[in-house]
Amino acid sequence: MTTELTFDPVRLPPECQRLRAQVQAFLAEEMEAGTFSPHGGGIDGAYSAEFSRKIGARGWIGMTWPKQYGGQERSFLERYVVTEEFRVANAPVRLHFVADRQSGPVLLKYGTERVKAGILPRICRGEVCFAIGMSEPNSGSDLFAAKTKATKTEGGWLINGTKVWTSNAHQAHYMIGLFRTSPPTKENRRHGLTQFVVDMQTPGITVNPIYQMTGQHDFNEVVFQDAFMPDDHVLGEVDGAWKQATSELAYERSGPERFLETYYVLAELVRVLGEKPDTRGAEGLGRLVAQLHALRRMSVSVAGMLHAGKEPVVEAAIVKDVGTIWEQKLPHRARDLAAFVEEGSANRATFEEQLQFATLIAPKLTIQGGTTEILRGIIARGLGLR
Amino acid sequence: MARDSIVAETAARIFSDFCDPQAVNRAPDEGWKARAWTALEEAGLALAWVPESQGGAGAELADGFAVLRQAGRFAVALPVAETLLAGWLLSRAGISSPRGAMSCGPSRQGDRIVLAKGGTLGGRLRANPFAKEATHLALLVERESGGSAVALVEASVARIEDGASIAGDALNAVRLDGIRPLAVKDAPAGTDREALSLMGATVRSVQMAGALEAILDLSVAYANERVAFERPIAKFQAVQHNLARLAGEVAAAIAAAGSAADAIATASPPPLWGRDREGGTLHGPPLGYPPRLIPPHRGEGNPVGASGEGNPLAAGFDEGVFLEAASAKIRVGEAAGEGAAIAHQVLGAIGFTKEHTLHRFTRRLWAWRDDFGNESVWAVKLGNLVAAKGADGLWPLLAAR
Repeated sequence: MTTELTFDPVRLPPECQRLRAQVQAFLAEEMEAGTFSPHGGGIDGAYSAEFSRKIGARGWIGMTWPKQYGGQERSFLERYVVTEEFRVANAPVRLHFVADRQSGPVLLKYGTERVKAGILPRICRGEVCFAIGMSEPNSGSDLFAAKTKATKTEGGWLINGTKVWTSNAHQAHYMIGLFRTSPPTKENRRHGLTQFVVDMQTPGITVNPIYQMTGQHDFNEVVFQDAFMPDDHVLGEVDGAWKQATSELAYERSGPERFLETYYVLAELVRVLGEKPDTRGAEGLGRLVAQLHALRRMSVSVAGMLHAGKEPVVEAAIVKDVGTIWEQKLPHRARDLAAFVEEGSANRATFEEQLQFATLIAPKLTIQGGTTEILRGIIARGLGLR
Repeated sequence: MARDSIVAETAARIFSDFCDPQAVNRAPDEGWKARAWTALEEAGLALAWVPESQGGAGAELADGFAVLRQAGRFAVALPVAETLLAGWLLSRAGISSPRGAMSCGPSRQGDRIVLAKGGTLGGRLRANPFAKEATHLALLVERESGGSAVALVEASVARIEDGASIAGDALNAVRLDGIRPLAVKDAPAGTDREALSLMGATVRSVQMAGALEAILDLSVAYANERVAFERPIAKFQAVQHNLARLAGEVAAAIAAAGSAADAIATASPPPLWGRDREGGTLHGPPLGYPPRLIPPHRGEGNPVGASGEGNPLAAGFDEGVFLEAASAKIRVGEAAGEGAAIAHQVLGAIGFTKEHTLHRFTRRLWAWRDDFGNESVWAVKLGNLVAAKGADGLWPLLAAR
C-alpha cells in the first residue's frame, strides 16, 4: 500500500469516561438552573462570561497545558471528551473556545515568556476571548496573499491594514494576527509573514460589525491604523509564519466540533419521528447514526494519534472534509425524513425551529477554518498527487 | 489495523503468492484456487477462529479480522471469510471443524433452516456465499421444539443450485430436504441469528474496507501514470478532488470496520481455547508462513463433531457491539458504492475492461454489500433501536467507547 491511511480503533480510557460523567452532571445542573438551553446557543454556542468562568474553575479550559501556565497537564483525549460534551449540549463556550482550541497552543509554542505568563492562566480561568486574524478583503483561503502590514519601529511594530470575516473580534480580548513584515521572495511566496498576539485594546484598532445572513453578529471587519505592537508580542520567527501555520491545524480540523455543530437537529429528529418511526424514517435515521458513528470513530482515532505525539495532517483534513459535509447535509436529510410526520405532533415546533436555524448556518460549515476545496488539496498532496 | 501482526503478513504473503489479482485475472482456469487453499490451510488461516482442541489454529478474533482485511486487499475469490465464520459458529457450540472449505448461513434475512424433532434438517437458503465450493456447511438452525442449534452438514447431501454473485463468485440457493447433519449441538445462549448477523456483517465490512484501500491505491497509482493533455491526470484538480473524496470514503470504511472488529474482538469472552494456553501448548498467535507454524489437523481421520464442549459463555454482544457492527455494515456499504464509482471514473475505459484488475475489487465490493444484511436492512434495525431509546439515549450510545 503506497497510500496508507491510519484510523486505528482508538478507545477512550476509563479516566475519560469518568470525566465525561462529571461534565454531563455539571451540564445537567446548569441546564436545570437555566444557565443555558440546548436550543439556545446556535453557532459555536453563545458567549457567556459567567459560564466560561465556571468551566475555567473546574479546570476544563487549557486542560492539556502545563500547570505553570494554569493548565492541568491532562491528556488530549480528556480534552476531547470535554469538547464533545459541551458541543452536544450546545453549551455557551464561545468566549473561551477558540483560545482553548488553537490560540493557547500557539502561544505555548511560540509566545515569549512574558506573554505566556500574562495570558495563558487567564485563558484557563475562562476570562479571555481570542479572535483569529487571518482573512483580508483580498486574502481568504490563500493566506499568503495577506497584505496588512507590520512595520518595524522602536521597541515594536506598527500595524496598518484590514482584517475581515473575523469572528469574535467585537468581543475578543486578543487576536492572533498574521501580518506582512517583508515582501514575498521570488523563491518563496510564503515568506514575509509574521504572527503577532494583538491586544484588542490597543489604540488604532477599530472593529466594525458585519451581520450575517442568519441575522447574527459573529463576523467583523478589523481596521488597524498605526496600532503599536511591542516586540515581545511577535510569535515565533519574523517572516517565518509559514513554517508554523500548518501543524497546529491538525488540532483545529479533526475535533468533534467538526461534525457535531448541527447535532441538535438529529436529536430533534429522533424526538419528532417518535418511538416507532415508519420504515423510511427508521432507515434514514439509521443511516445518519451510522455515518455519525463512523465520523466519531475517525475523529477519536485522530485524537489518539495527536495524543501519541503524531501529526496526522491528512487524516485530520479528511475528518474535517467528510465531517463538515455531513453536518451540512444533516438538516436537509432531517427535513426529508420528517416530511410525513403529522403537522400537529408533539415536538414539531421545536424541530422546525432548530431545522430552520441549522439550515441557515449550514453553508458556513464547509467554509470556516479551511474550505472543502483547500482540504481536498491537502488530502491530494498527502496521497502523492501534487 | 491495530495488529499488523505476523498473521496479517502471513496472509498477505500467501495471497500475493497464490491469488495475486493480476495473475488470477489472467489465469486460464481455476487451478490456482486449490493451490491457494492448500497454502491457507497449511498456515492454519482458514480455521484461525477454531480452537486447537477442535482442529483449528486457536488464533485471536483480531488475527482473523486481520486476515480478512488482507483478503479484501487482494479481492480474494475464495471462501476464506465463510470458512472462518463457519469455524467460529461451530466452535461456539463445541463442534469440531472439518478440513476443507465451508459455507456459513443463513446469510440472508428471512432464510431459515428447521431442525425437526427426528433430527433432520429442512429449509432453504436463498443465497449462500460459496456453498457450491464448500465441502461442508455450518448452519445456525431453529429447533422445531424451540431454541437454536448449530449444525454441521456435508455439502454433498444438500441440494445446491448453481448461481453466482455480481462478482462471479459462487452464490447459491441451498435446499435441505430432511437430511441428517453430521453433528448438531445446542447453540449456547447469545449465539443466535442476531449474533451471527453481527459477526457476518463485521466480517464483510472488514473485507470491504480492505478492498477499498486497494482501489484507492490503484486509482492513485493510475492517476500518476496516465498522461492526458500532456500531463499526468493526477495534476488536474478535478481528478485530485475525486481522489480526495475516495480517500474520505476509504477512511470512513477503515475506521468503521476496524472499530467494529475491535468491539467484537474485545466483547467476546475469552475463547474456548484459553484452556490450551493454560496447558502451555499454545502461546500467543501461532501463525506463520513459511514454515508451517500452526499445528495441522491431527491425522486424516479428524473426528468431525466429536470433541469439545460448548462454550459456556454467551457471545455477549451488547448494544454497543450492535451499534458498531450495524454502523460498519451501513457506512462501509455506502463507501463501497461511492468508492467504486469514483475509482471507475478515475480509471476511465481501461477500468471497465476485463483485462484490468479494477473489476475484481469493485464487483466484490458490490457483492459483499448484500451478504449478512445490506445497508438498508441494518439501517432500519439501527434506526428502530435509536428511536426506541429516544433522543436523550442517542448520545450515550454513541459516546460509550
